[in-house]
Amino acid sequence: MLGVFWAVLRRDLLLAFRQRGVLVHHLLFFVLVVALFPLGTRAEGAILVAVSPALIWMAVLLAALLSLQRLFRPDYEDGTLEQYLLSPEPLAVIALAKVTAYWIASGLIFVVASPLLVLLLGVPAHAVGVIMLSLLLGTPTLGLVGGIGTALTLSLPRAGLLLSLLIFPLYVPVLIFGAGAMQAAIIGLPAAGALYLLGALLALGVTAAPWAIAAALKISLE
Amino acid sequence: MAKSAFMRWFHRFGSLPYFYGVSVPIARALAVPGVLLAAWGVFAGLVLAPADYQQGDAFRIIYIHVPSAWLSMFGYTSMAVAGVVALVWRLKLAEIYIVAAAPIGASFTFLALATGSIWGKPMWGTWWVWDARLTSELILLFLYLGVIALHNAIESPRTAARACALLSVVGVINVPIIHYSVEWWNTLHQGPTITRFDRPAMDLDMLWPLLSAALGFTLIFGWLTLWGMRVQLLWRERRSRWVGRMLENSR
Repeated sequence: MLGVFWAVLRRDLLLAFRQRGVLVHHLLFFVLVVALFPLGTRAEGAILVAVSPALIWMAVLLAALLSLQRLFRPDYEDGTLEQYLLSPEPLAVIALAKVTAYWIASGLIFVVASPLLVLLLGVPAHAVGVIMLSLLLGTPTLGLVGGIGTALTLSLPRAGLLLSLLIFPLYVPVLIFGAGAMQAAIIGLPAAGALYLLGALLALGVTAAPWAIAAALKISLE
Repeated sequence: MAKSAFMRWFHRFGSLPYFYGVSVPIARALAVPGVLLAAWGVFAGLVLAPADYQQGDAFRIIYIHVPSAWLSMFGYTSMAVAGVVALVWRLKLAEIYIVAAAPIGASFTFLALATGSIWGKPMWGTWWVWDARLTSELILLFLYLGVIALHNAIESPRTAARACALLSVVGVINVPIIHYSVEWWNTLHQGPTITRFDRPAMDLDMLWPLLSAALGFTLIFGWLTLWGMRVQLLWRERRSRWVGRMLENSR
């Protein structure tokens, strides 16, 4: 079981890093959303700092929405997914491996890139650690929950807008606690409570979401 | 023994032609008391109940608002229960229930939001506040719309209904998490008035019409959903023999 997890993870990471362009696109999308936002306001320091948690997290949600559509599609199109379904290995483990690979290839980039962006917005440097931690705990949950939505819309070739309707309401807790932790860190309050809750959401996601993704894949491929 | 009788009933009720036949008397049994109770509740609430000492006559909107809000939550929970039944026992009726209940539940959710907003303008001085309960109700509306949109998007009715079943189960796990996270974020809505276990904080002349309206609207919800299920059933089984035979006979 662990063997199939590592095998799928390795394969998906290998595929992702052979197409480095796509990885850069995710990063550029994230940077562009954050960089264009001040142009729509008066670019005053106080306003930007106040809205920066919402801005960073909305950018992450939008980027997740765009990238999630590719999570199962290539495997669906070339038939690999059907082979996964037929294999005796548990589909939930394969789904967890795929989401993990997806997160390493897209979510982790946001975590690494975030310090630069929040400093660009004028966020005080003492908050950067908490911001990175909140993204580190929050983005895998986005992948796990979003995986259910993508798996359900697998048979639809252009499911982008529908996918946003399916998964954005489910992202509300991550958005609230993620942005809440950032906000608390910026004004110098303890952020541990929100971070713990983000961790709890991640724990729930890791244990429950793979099964839901597996069930959704079975429904979509019926 | 009792279990086998129940299972026999379960299987018989799961048979689609049987369900289609008995749905007419069931729907009637829901509709008549439902309409009567709702009509009495709304009439008594709007006319007979005393005015509130603080809110005057404006409080009377609760006779629509509270039943709608209750049904918005009841509807989604019942869809999730049906979702589990549909996924575990592959009961077609449960799939059809989800598809039929979603638009009706969404309508009640919208009604709860709209009446709340109309009440909020004179009482809170604003149409909308980002309060915990209001926001969770709005998210609940989006969850309903997601189920409806997913059903409309997938062409095969069987796949669409099973996908909706899974989505409602995933959604219902998230509803309490969403609710508490939003509460953590912000709250302003008044605390619960009826669901407290000690004496209700409401005059009985005001409470009885409310309970009557809530029960009546719930029965109406069941009636409308049953009617929606009949339509779904006919459409899905339109190529089957029993539907053809029935249409022949009714001609």
